[in-house]
Amino acid sequence: MTAAGSPAGSAAWGSTAAVPSIELEVVSFAYPDGTRALSDVGLRIEAGESVAIVGQNGSGKSTLVRHLNGLLRPTAGRVLLDGRDVRRIHVARLAGLVGLAFQNPDRQLFASRVSAEVAFGPRNLGIRGPELDERVQAALADTGLGAEAATNPYDLGYSRRKLLALASVLAMRTPILVLDEPTTGQDARGVARVRDVVARAAGEGRTVIAISHDMRFVAESFRRVVVMREGRVVLAGAPDVVFGEAAWPELGAAYLEPPLAAVAGARLGLGATPTESAFVTAVGRRRGGATAGGAGAE
Amino acid sequence: MSAGLVLAGASYRYAGALGAALAAVDLRLEPGRVVGVAGANESGKSTLCLVVAGLAPSVIGGRLDGSVRIDGVETAATRPHELAQRCGLLFQNASTQLSNTTATVLEEVAFGPCNLGLPAAEVVERVWWALRAVGIEPLAPRDPARLSGGQGQLVALASVLALRPSYLVLDEPTSELDPAGTRLVAEALARIAGETGAGILLVEHKTEVLAHIADDVVVLERGTVALSGPAAEVLADPRLVELGVEPPAQVRLERAVRAAGLEWSAALAEAIE
Ligand SMILES: Nc1ncnc2c1ncn2[C@@H]1O[C@H](COP(=O)(O)OP(=O)(O)OP(=O)(O)O)[C@@H](O)[C@H]1O
Ligand SMILES: Nc1ncnc2c1ncn2[C@@H]1O[C@H](COP(=O)(O)OP(=O)(O)OP(=O)(O)O)[C@@H](O)[C@H]1O
Ligand SMILES: [Mg+2]
Ligand SMILES: [Mg+2]
Repeated sequence: MTAAGSPAGSAAWGSTAAVPSIELEVVSFAYPDGTRALSDVGLRIEAGESVAIVGQNGSGKSTLVRHLNGLLRPTAGRVLLDGRDVRRIHVARLAGLVGLAFQNPDRQLFASRVSAEVAFGPRNLGIRGPELDERVQAALADTGLGAEAATNPYDLGYSRRKLLALASVLAMRTPILVLDEPTTGQDARGVARVRDVVARAAGEGRTVIAISHDMRFVAESFRRVVVMREGRVVLAGAPDVVFGEAAWPELGAAYLEPPLAAVAGARLGLGATPTESAFVTAVGRRRGGATAGGAGAE
Repeated sequence: MSAGLVLAGASYRYAGALGAALAAVDLRLEPGRVVGVAGANESGKSTLCLVVAGLAPSVIGGRLDGSVRIDGVETAATRPHELAQRCGLLFQNASTQLSNTTATVLEEVAFGPCNLGLPAAEVVERVWWALRAVGIEPLAPRDPARLSGGQGQLVALASVLALRPSYLVLDEPTSELDPAGTRLVAEALARIAGETGAGILLVEHKTEVLAHIADDVVVLERGTVALSGPAAEVLADPRLVELGVEPPAQVRLERAVRAAGLEWSAALAEAIE
């Protein structure tokens, strides 16, 4: 088991060498009832990239990420990790490479204690003893659930069940972290926690992929944005490109809207300002540089 | 008899819980109005929904003190069947809303109205009206258990709308919706309140939605009402942030510019309209 060998887990992924690249080669997928969910998706994600997937409801985002850990198999095309077809990678090994936090936590959670829930994944990877304890503690701390170790997951409210689903995946310390709508139901603090989790994982050189409808979170936390529409990838690029004025027609056709900061920046002719801090910086620059209050101090 | 959904000094404690999840809550929802509910995680928003809809304590147990009246009648004294027609509840986790007994979205949305014993023609009319309201007519023949997260949430919402209750209690109905779907649902709710006179209690983290359609906003903090008043006032209140609530993007941008020591000009104000 790759992750199991290292004492601190995440340290093993400090170098991107151990993180596999991801490649979808003209992947199509139809559910057994005939619903076509993916059509000729081609997408390459390099080791250590942070990528947000956005798109209309039903555009195929969750279906796509379920192909990364082998939960679903393409009807046509291939999914490759470091050039190897995931069909040829043993399930247990795949579980150690790709961690997926579900959109609906109730489809993921099953244990009767929070700590057991979080321990389940790493235990399956062969982690035992003090390292297992350390991982569980760390994952609970990162998600703000430290005080809930003994709680039954079903006694937690929805937002904390969602964080628990995240913690369970964090504890596996997989080189690839996939989060399906991690900020759903989170308040300002919860969103900040998720943002920290993403930043830390990306900082460690791991690949982070998140699906989200929260364009502010997307613009602030990810280096690349992939836009899906009706089972296809229709646009991909850095947030300032995807949310930039030139891409708005395409974005609109995918039933999406750029964050307000991007819209306001474009209206004022300030250039691409996908985040609120970029907007403030640009306003400051327009007013004659970073004169006041550190507006230009970014 | 006074119309409206009124909580007076309502306190509620879950069965077996040590403390109260709601404490001395006063709240008023008039017919045709939209009252937004915001608050940090665990502040009691869902509990408030359960109490308002009469599920707590009558279905889930626990202890309720104070008064919860719908159009002048205590919910505690109302039979569940009658209550369902007065007050429809959309649960936070939409998948728990599904009946798990129907093969198509059409039947799923018809399930509630059928149970009300309505004539078939009216059931059909209501079902299509509800599907149209949230923009999911094409999903009608699909299996409700095999949809995307957002599609499932829209089906659950349509199922509640089809009951045409006097009051709608919606616990984060747009949490899994894309931006266009969020806008569509917000506009549909505003229209339903305006045209049918339904009163809507709307729990939302997306304060932009509340800024758009809520008349009043209530902010909860550890089970008590920390702020309440007209939506525009509450959403611009500086205490919102301390209460764990993200102000609408417009408010955030203006604050960020001012906090950087920059002037908030008319041109900037216009750019965020
Ligand atoms: N189990 C299933 N069986 C059949 N069709 C399905 C199933 N799950 C999803 N679908 C369909 O596949 C398509 C893509 O669904 P998917 O869940 O990938 O969308 P999504 O982009 O994640 O949407 P959302 O933002 O609403 O979560 C949709 O048309 C959906 O109805
Ligand atoms: N079934 C239950 N039994 C005991 N306590 C509960 C139960 N459900 C919720 N609580 C507690 O009641 C309080 C309010 O929870 P509630 O779910 O109403 O909050 P919320 O504002 O809806 O949170 P969220 O943003 O996570 O949806 C919390 O302290 C919670 O732990
Ligand atoms: Mg999805
Ligand atoms: Mg809730």
